[in-house]
Amino acid sequence: MKAGIALFITLLLGNVAGRAQSVPVLKFDDLEQRIKRPNDTLYVVNFWATWCAPCVKELPLFESARKTYASQKVSVLLVSMDARKTLTSKVIPFVRNRKIGSNVVLLDEPDLNTWIDKLAPEWSGALPMTLVLNEKRNVRQFIGKPVKDGELESIINKLKH
Amino acid sequence: MKKANLLFAIEALIAVVLMSMNPTPTGYKVGDVIQDFKLKNVDGKDVSLADHKDVKGYIIAFTCNTCPVAQAYESRIIALNEQFAPKGYPVVAIQSNDSQRSPGDSYESMQQRSKSRKYAFPYLHDDSQTVASAFGASNTPHMFVVKKEGNQYRVAYIGAIDNNQDDGSSASKKYVEEAVNELLAGKPVTTPSARAIGCGIKWKNA
Repeated sequence: MKAGIALFITLLLGNVAGRAQSVPVLKFDDLEQRIKRPNDTLYVVNFWATWCAPCVKELPLFESARKTYASQKVSVLLVSMDARKTLTSKVIPFVRNRKIGSNVVLLDEPDLNTWIDKLAPEWSGALPMTLVLNEKRNVRQFIGKPVKDGELESIINKLKH
Repeated sequence: MKKANLLFAIEALIAVVLMSMNPTPTGYKVGDVIQDFKLKNVDGKDVSLADHKDVKGYIIAFTCNTCPVAQAYESRIIALNEQFAPKGYPVVAIQSNDSQRSPGDSYESMQQRSKSRKYAFPYLHDDSQTVASAFGASNTPHMFVVKKEGNQYRVAYIGAIDNNQDDGSSASKKYVEEAVNELLAGKPVTTPSARAIGCGIKWKNA
């Protein structure tokens, strides 16, 4: 009987966890493939970390952009630069507690110098950083600091298909 | 003639104003000679680079109490000092975050941290943030290795401590260590700069 209850609770929790946001761990090549697809989608890619206060502060602007452009070819991706080992202790709880609806991935590439030049040579490595891009149409905007209210929308409006 | 002179004067004035309005926003680059500074250490005394006559250079670390990345690197900064102070390259740590925006980085908190972690190097309070902006330090930790040449200090390395913020022992490149070893051996620095991840310096609200 006890085992039955335990099983029931496990299933229940598992179900809740299953519906909640998951955070895949990517290597740089995976990330690049994901944001440089040869289609018409405009990718809004925000690099952040749970420990970066200005990043956390600007996340709602990305959430609101995602909702605004939900029916259009605009895709918001939040790329966490948190340490891989903090995925389950910090990143996933953070994403769940804040009910973040945008796609979140963790980029497991602690050596910035192996990949930044391929993506954003102008980036110092300081967070937050945002890239708005579409590979097919060769459009790209780099934002090396927190975005201002409305800034994201004006960039998206300018660059989207 | 007079008119031409006046015009020239105005043009010169405009040029001067424009130049002063546009200081190099990125700070020092590798190869630049830096300006010495005077900042208050956690023991209450002012510290300048010129205080130590017999050093070969310095490992300058812009760091702070509160940033998790700086915390992750703290023991590596301590180790760099242990390794290189006896060889003539001591660490000088500088904390530039605005304590209004980051109360955990107040002067008192700096004193506590340097005491509890037993810093054997100065931990300087850049209260006005002028040193961080002169250097172009953007995040914590952000390292600058300078080599002493006569009475001057020339930038030899800018950037990260190593290439693995999570785990120093798994880092395949220890940039600062390699740079200082090369300087000590009289060789050119192979990797004079590397990007550093970290928390942005908390600048005072303008």
